[in-house]
Parts: sequence; C-alpha cells; structure tokens
Amino acid sequence: MENSSLLFFQLAPWLVFLPVLGLLINLTIGVKLSEKGTGAVAAIASGLTFVVASLLVYSLVRQPEGTVVPLASWIHVGTLTIDWAFRVDTLSATMMLVVSGVGTLIHIYAIGYMHEDVRFKNDLGRYRRFFIFLNLFIAMMMILVSGNSYSMLFVGWEGVGLCSFLLIGFWYDMDTLGRPSFANSDAAKKAFIANRVGDFGFLMAAFMMFWKFGSTNFTEVFAKVTSADPGTILWITLFLLLGVAGKSAQIPLYVWLPDAMAGPTPVSALIHAATMVTAGVYLVSRSAPIYALSHDAQYIVATVGAVTGLFAATIAVAQYDLKKVLAYSTISQLGFMVAAVGMGAYVAGMFHLITHAFFKALLFLSAGSVILGMERGHHHLAHGHAEAHGTEVFNPNDMRNMGGLRKQMPVTFWLYVAGTLALQGIFPFAGFWSKDEILADAFKEFPHVYWLLTIAAFLTAFYMGRQIWLVFFGNPRSEVAKHAEESPLIMTAPLMVLAFLSVFGGLLNLPGVDTLTSWLKHTFESVGVAIEPGAFNLNVALVSTGLALLAIFLSWWLYLRKPLVAGQIDPLKKLFGPIFTGMENKWYVDEGYQFLFVDRYNDLARFLAQKVDWDFWHEWFHNSIIRDGFVGLTRFLADPVDLGVVDKISHVLADAVQSSANSLRKLQNGFVRSYALSVMLGVVVILGYLLLK
Amino acid sequence: MVPLNYYLALSAILFSMGALGILIRRNSLIIFMSVELMLNAANLSFVIFARQWAANSASVFNGQIFVFFVMTVAAAEVAVGLALIVVIFRSHQSIDIDQLNNLKG
Repeated sequence: MENSSLLFFQLAPWLVFLPVLGLLINLTIGVKLSEKGTGAVAAIASGLTFVVASLLVYSLVRQPEGTVVPLASWIHVGTLTIDWAFRVDTLSATMMLVVSGVGTLIHIYAIGYMHEDVRFKNDLGRYRRFFIFLNLFIAMMMILVSGNSYSMLFVGWEGVGLCSFLLIGFWYDMDTLGRPSFANSDAAKKAFIANRVGDFGFLMAAFMMFWKFGSTNFTEVFAKVTSADPGTILWITLFLLLGVAGKSAQIPLYVWLPDAMAGPTPVSALIHAATMVTAGVYLVSRSAPIYALSHDAQYIVATVGAVTGLFAATIAVAQYDLKKVLAYSTISQLGFMVAAVGMGAYVAGMFHLITHAFFKALLFLSAGSVILGMERGHHHLAHGHAEAHGTEVFNPNDMRNMGGLRKQMPVTFWLYVAGTLALQGIFPFAGFWSKDEILADAFKEFPHVYWLLTIAAFLTAFYMGRQIWLVFFGNPRSEVAKHAEESPLIMTAPLMVLAFLSVFGGLLNLPGVDTLTSWLKHTFESVGVAIEPGAFNLNVALVSTGLALLAIFLSWWLYLRKPLVAGQIDPLKKLFGPIFTGMENKWYVDEGYQFLFVDRYNDLARFLAQKVDWDFWHEWFHNSIIRDGFVGLTRFLADPVDLGVVDKISHVLADAVQSSANSLRKLQNGFVRSYALSVMLGVVVILGYLLLK
Repeated sequence: MVPLNYYLALSAILFSMGALGILIRRNSLIIFMSVELMLNAANLSFVIFARQWAANSASVFNGQIFVFFVMTVAAAEVAVGLALIVVIFRSHQSIDIDQLNNLKG
C-alpha cells in the first residue's frame, strides 16, 4: 500500500465543483466577458475537470481498488441513510475521463461553432447561455457517473435529462431550418417526455431496492441482492431496463433521439452521441451484480439491444439528413453496447462506449463542420444573388444538396473518413476492436444477438459508405455545395484529437493485451462479477470485416459508380421500392406512436375535458344537480314556504287588522254629540248592570 | 224640612236636562252651559248628602269642600273652553259643533 497522502482521491468533489464554478462565473460576470472569454471560461472549467479526472485515474493506477469520498450527509429518514459520496473506482473513472475529455474537446469546438450563431444572429446572451448549459451538463454527468448510490445517480440522471431538454430546445423559437416555429421546442418536449417514461422505470427500481433491501447505496444493495428472491431481481432489472431504454434510446423509447438533432451540433455530439445516452450502458454495467443473478434479465436486455441495433440501422440507410443518419447510427451503436452489457460482456460494452464516444463525437462534429461549411456557402451565394436566394429555404443538412465536398473541405473530409472507418469497423480503427469484441462474445453465448448485430454491422458499413459518397464524392448537387468553405482551426483542432483517438482507440483493449479488461476487472470483481478477457474469434472478425468491405463496395456501386445528380431519386429506392419507403419514413414508428399513444392520449384528454369535466361534471353535476337543485330548493323555500306560509300569516293578520279597523273607523264619525251619546248609553248600561245585578 | 228625595229628584232633573242639552243642541256655548248644568246637578247632590249625613259624621264638610273643588275645576275648564271656542269661531266663523267633524276615522 502506498502512502495515500500522495493520492488525489480527495479531489473527487471538484469534478462537480469546477464546472459549476465555470457556469457560475458565466452566469454572474458573464455579461462583462467577451464572446471568447465566455467560451474560454467554460472550456477551462471543463478542462480542469478533465485534469481532476486524470489525477483520479493516476491515483487508481496506484491503488486500483478505489475509494469512496464522502462529501456531505444527504438523506437521513428513519432507517434510510443516503450520503452524498463520490465513488471513485475504475469503472466510474473511465466514464469521468471520457465525459470530461470528449466534453472539453467539444467545448473548444463549440467556441468556433457557436461563433457562427453569434455572427449570423448577433445574440451574445444566447452564446453565454449555451456554455452555461454545457457546463451544467458536465457537472450533472459527473454526479451521474460518480454517485455512490442509485439516488445520487438519479440526481445526475435527471440533471443530464434537463440539460438535454434545454439544449435540444436551444433554438426554441425556430425549426431546424431557422424558420419561426415550435418544431425545436416540440423536439425538446418529446425528448423530455420519452425520458420521463424511462425515469419512471428507474424510480420504480430504486423504490424496489429501498423496499427490499432498505437502501439504495451500491455497496449495500449489491451485498443484499444475492439473497433476494428471483422475482424481485427480475422486476428491478426490468425496471432498470426501462430507464436504460429511455436514456440510451433503445426500443421502445428511442424515438426522441432523432428529433434531438434539433439542438446545436456540439450538443448532438456531446449529449446525444458520446456521453449522456451512454448513461444507460453505464447503469447496466454499474448494476452488473444484479443483472448477473438473472439470466432472463440478461437475455431480455441483450435482445432489446440487438433488435434496436438492427432496427435503427435499417432506418439510417434511407435517411437524407446528415445528422439524422448519425442519430440512427447512434441508436444502433447504443444497441450494440446495451446488447454487450446485457450479455454480461461489460468490458466489451464499456470498450465500445469509449471508442464510440470518440468516433461518434468526431462524426457529429465533422458533420457540424460540413453543415457550417454549407451555410457559409449559402451566405456567400445569398450575398452575391440576394434576389435569387432571398425567399428559398435552404436545408444545409440535406445530403441531396451536397456532393464533391472533399475539394472544398479537405480537412473535414479526412476527419470524417477517419470517423467513418472507425464506425464501419474497419481494421485497425477503434471501432473494429470494440465491435468485434461484442460480436465475439455474442457468438459464444447468444447466437441470435450475434446474427442481429452482424446484419446491423453490415448495414452500418453500408449507410456510412453511402454518406461518404453522397457528401464528399461525386459532383456538387447544388450551387451552395460548390461554394462551401472549410471551418476554422478552433473547430478542426479538437476534431484532429478525436480522429487520433478514433484511429488508435483500439489500443485500449487489444486482444491478448486486455488493458481495459484488467483495469475494469478491479471494479467488477470487487462486487463479485467475474470478468473474462475479451474474446477474439478470428472467424467472427473475418466475417464482419468482409461484410463491412462488401457493404462499402455495394454503396460505392450504387452511389458513386454513376454519381447522383441533383433531383435524382435514391438508387436504392429503385431496387427496394416499398421497403426503402418504409425505412425512409422510419418504419412509421412516429406515426404509430402518434396513433397509439398521442392520439389516444388526446382522445382521453378530450374525453375527460368534454365528457367528464364539461358534460358530466359541469353540465350535469354542477348545472343539473347542484345549480338546478339549489334553484329548485330556493324556489320551494321562496314560493310555497315563504310566500305561502310566512307571508300568508302576516297577510292574514294585516287583513284582519285592516278590516276590523275599517269597520271600527265608522264609529269615529267626528260628531261630538254622537260620542256623548255613546258615553251616555255606556253609563246607562253600566249603571243598569250595577243596579240590577 | 224638605225631604232628601226632592233634592235628589231636582238634581236628577238638572243632570238629565244637561245631558239632554249636550245630546241635542249644536251650539257650543249651549253645550258648555249644559255641562255646567250637569256639574252643578252633581254639586247639588254633594251638598245635600253632606247635610243629610252631617249628624252622624265627623267629616261634615267633606261634601261641601268637594263642591268647591268642582267649582274651581269648572272655572278653569270654562276659561280653557271659552278660549277654544273663541279660536274656533275665528277660524270657522261658526261655533256649530256639527261642523267641527274633521277628526274622524
């Protein structure tokens, strides 16, 4: 044991403090900072987080069993005790490194990318807001990966969901083409609501843990789960899977991720490709001791992942939007990861998570570079021929408008190719090693997962080939594409780092060397999950590489043998017709959900509003029962009771008094002598009575 | 000595004349005088009875004294009554009692 004072574990809370500090600086004195200053503060905050994460990894190399850094007491209710503590072990440190590393690169890239937003829309406040959200995201992601309990993980889980919502709806007053619309904010809401469904699952799982084990702390849950009954374990794992499906965009909740492309491209890269969406994979890895106890759960998770992997890949084949292809690709690759961790191949899943973070961030950011290049070309043209392009809405994301961009954007082109080859799984790029490890693991135990994922890998290679040919090769299919411009160094430099990582990321876990396996082994074996060195099967590798090369050749044959011209329909459409239309329309899943859930929900809402609230409650109960009943009662009290009884009594009395007065008044006739006669007669009568008595 | 019944009969006649006068005459002054007639009929009865019972009563003057009270009250009444009649005459140019019938139901 080394002297622990030389280790940096106590720095763990700064993973959260630093980005929060960055966002507080931008929030308070950001108004006084220049555009560059705002970006720099955010990027430095993120960079320092990366430094802290690196120091933690350094400490873990010295002391691989890791530690828990308590910060504050949090929830103390009855027997429940949850403290705010940071769990630093090899698994969480890996995530920290990926999140802060890729996050920092994207922060730097965003300084350049969002500059265009400032330039075209002249809104510095929005620029500052973007970086505040980005720093908040880093902080929340750090809470998510470093939490020592499911409760703390959930705080981060919700926090990144919030940041995702805020950043998808960043341009909340327009649609993806910049026209005034609610489309972007609708996309944000869709993501938020789909994630709520998943969060319900997460919460149910956490409640079940508390109910059955009395704690949500990782250590305590994992200690008690071994003696739990199989039903409990299955329910917990399935509820967790629902959470995973929400956050990591798996069937059936993946629908939000393609729409999330409404956000700025750095957000798509950071949140919706590299880090946040992998939180589900991290969650399953973290919960490995629970999943290890239920083969059924593992089977279900692996199948969901594999089916998602293939399903999303088929949709990606037929998309025209540059970012939509990458979005479906992300869903597909997340399916690979979920399938891997579902099969118990946690290291393979985490390995693919890391390499995917590299190459998918690279692809998204390069795509952002392409889009900005197209926008610059559009502006170049718009200034030249203002009258010709004034009213036309140009879609810079549409691949049908591109073509031949490698001449205009050579740097971006090479970066894009690096990311693409990594995603296609071509030897020796990073994706080859990680994807192959998953496939090899699947081949051993879950043949159906293997076949689904192999077909998905084939389609992946095909749609990425299609994308490269359509975007960078052939002839420009629009005036804009001819005038596209390369992006500045501040954007391409982070991409070069990512490209380097995408090319050499495979070195992390080469078969036989197994660096990552032995690194993560410390964490998994400390909670009783056995880890085997990554499987390498030469046949599997040859098959998948061969299929990838075949797919690239097919895509070349279809899209570049005779380059597409403007307005030409997709060659694949001629071959497959209705199938292609189905893929192009995302298999009508959105429409299906619209019909099954949204419309039904609207029907329910309309039923509740019209029938229950208005017709029954308002019209019938309030109007008929309460109002009419009250009116009837008051009318009864007013007419028969008040008029008929109460008033009648006084009327009768008054009439009696009046009629008696009428008859009596005749006595008082004003003639004094008649009064005198009366008096006289009275006296006579009284005297007579007295005398004769 | 004249018997008591004679006096009482005179008193009764006087009282009846007074009452009759009130009932059948319309002149206010006449009615006033009829009232006086009735009072004095009562006075006559007082003094007669006072004298009649003087022998066997210590308070021989009770009846006489009462007569003085009646006369005093009658004088005061005449003063007020005549004043009223003067005022009525001034406003109505008449003292016919039947024309003063405004106070009726």
